[in-house]
Amino acid sequence: MRNTWIICAKELRSYFASPIAYLLLTMFALIFGFFFWNALGYFVIEGMEMQMRGQSVAMNINEQIIRPLLSNTSVVGLFFIPMITMRLFAEEKRSGTIELLATSPVRDIEVIVGKWLAAMILYSCLLLFTAINFAFLFRYGNPDWKPMAVGYLGLLLQAGTLLALGTFISTLTKNQIIAGAGTFGVCLLLWVLEWTSGYETAGWAKVLAYLSVITHFDSFAKGVFAVKDVIFYLSGIFLGLFFTARSMESLRWRS
Amino acid sequence: MIIVKDVTKRYARAVAVDRISFSVAKGQIVGFLGPNGAGKTTTMRILTCFLSPSSGTASVAGFDILEQPLEVKKRIGYLPETPPLYLDMETAEYLRFVGKLKGLAGAELEKRVNYVCDRCFVADVRNKLLGKLSKGYRQRVGLAQAIIHNPDVLILDEPTAGLDPKQINETRDLIKGLAGDHTIILSTHILPEVEQTCEQVLIINKGKLVATDSVRNLQARARDAESLLLEVAAREGRPDPLLVLQTLEAVPGVSHVLCTDSKDEGLIFEVQSLKGQLVRGDLARAIVGSGWDLCELRPTAKSLEEIFLQLTGSEAPAEAEKVVA
Repeated sequence: MRNTWIICAKELRSYFASPIAYLLLTMFALIFGFFFWNALGYFVIEGMEMQMRGQSVAMNINEQIIRPLLSNTSVVGLFFIPMITMRLFAEEKRSGTIELLATSPVRDIEVIVGKWLAAMILYSCLLLFTAINFAFLFRYGNPDWKPMAVGYLGLLLQAGTLLALGTFISTLTKNQIIAGAGTFGVCLLLWVLEWTSGYETAGWAKVLAYLSVITHFDSFAKGVFAVKDVIFYLSGIFLGLFFTARSMESLRWRS
Repeated sequence: MIIVKDVTKRYARAVAVDRISFSVAKGQIVGFLGPNGAGKTTTMRILTCFLSPSSGTASVAGFDILEQPLEVKKRIGYLPETPPLYLDMETAEYLRFVGKLKGLAGAELEKRVNYVCDRCFVADVRNKLLGKLSKGYRQRVGLAQAIIHNPDVLILDEPTAGLDPKQINETRDLIKGLAGDHTIILSTHILPEVEQTCEQVLIINKGKLVATDSVRNLQARARDAESLLLEVAAREGRPDPLLVLQTLEAVPGVSHVLCTDSKDEGLIFEVQSLKGQLVRGDLARAIVGSGWDLCELRPTAKSLEEIFLQLTGSEAPAEAEKVVA
């Protein structure tokens, strides 16, 4: 446990001592800010139109702003995750520092979880920027915080799965670009797998759609805490970290 | 302290290390000698639990590298060929990180960081980024990181590679200074390094261990049949090569004389003596007694180097170029 924190602290330090973290945070804040501004714009215009027509359909901040924004965030996250994980192991392999980690009295799993945890913390920092925007909704309206909290949990679980896969892919190469591109490909594929369900109802299509990380986020975005989706993401995290451990172990036999 | 038993490492296409066995006693400095690609690094990586052997096993401080790797790692300090530095860290910060990884904490950690900084002469770059340090400093920080947890065993992979002569000397002195408290294995392909720093030598070639002996024994072996180089000149003109040759051959204990080269004023001879015979004094007297000048007289056998070349099967010292004048 102590070793995990030592590794995690070292990774966070290298994220925040270099421009990586600040670049990601800036880009994410800009993109999310833009989404938020648009969503709010639509909401306000719609509200005014309804008033002019004299209709009184109930408008809901949670349904009309927060939910689509959380869904957007989950997709935008796919683009940021490769940039967070690509250096985790590839850089250690390139610079030879992997020899230090592998010959220190720490277990592989402690190294792996430490690195993954650091990636999770950086991703959570990105999410903090969404919270700044949402804070305005609480100031000027009264959205329900409970479905939002579930939504955030979903975002973290989904990112956990993809970050674990990214960590695994980063152990496969010395080249950060390859690790990044590979992770991006996998993230994208896990997103679009769901499209098959639009035209095909056969069993295999259902399996593909089920594997998509996006389908499992829907319930969270709605504010529904679905155990089966939590289990899906938890298994994803476990699988990613398990592959990473196997890959680290294979280094001892191959390299 | 270190026992290696029948260790073999096979890669997909090649055998890097082929059934190597040796043992190292506590407190010794052992030189691991061999040409590039002989399997030195692989063996060291196996000992540090970075690689697993394909067959065979080894133990360090009584712990098996396969059964109890964590215990082994606690007792080993390792400096890989390229020092494993995080170039975006400062020296002290890096050493603190490594110290924590090795299980140090609190006041003890600070004490050790200060100690290794002084010991490895990196105190003046404590707060510099590792990426901005010169090669010599990086190597020393690498050494500092290897000894931070005061390990029983130190494994150093070419610790002086890429350093300038002054740094090489400093590093050698540093390693010698560490010898008392630590058992050290250091690899190198530089022979004088072994002669200067090590007590025991392991010579490895193409994955096989070809010799293990103490440096003194190996040197003695090399000195068995002494080979000497003489430069003979005459006061006026050149001495007659044939005459000199005969004079030298007449000296008791000399087995073989060759005139190998002629310079502006002198002739160069190579003299082989019989086993166990000291002929230098007699040779000098014979030359001077015949009225020639003795300009140079030195042993040519480069001690370990010849044995090394012989054992590793590289080309013998360039015999072919020698010409009888």
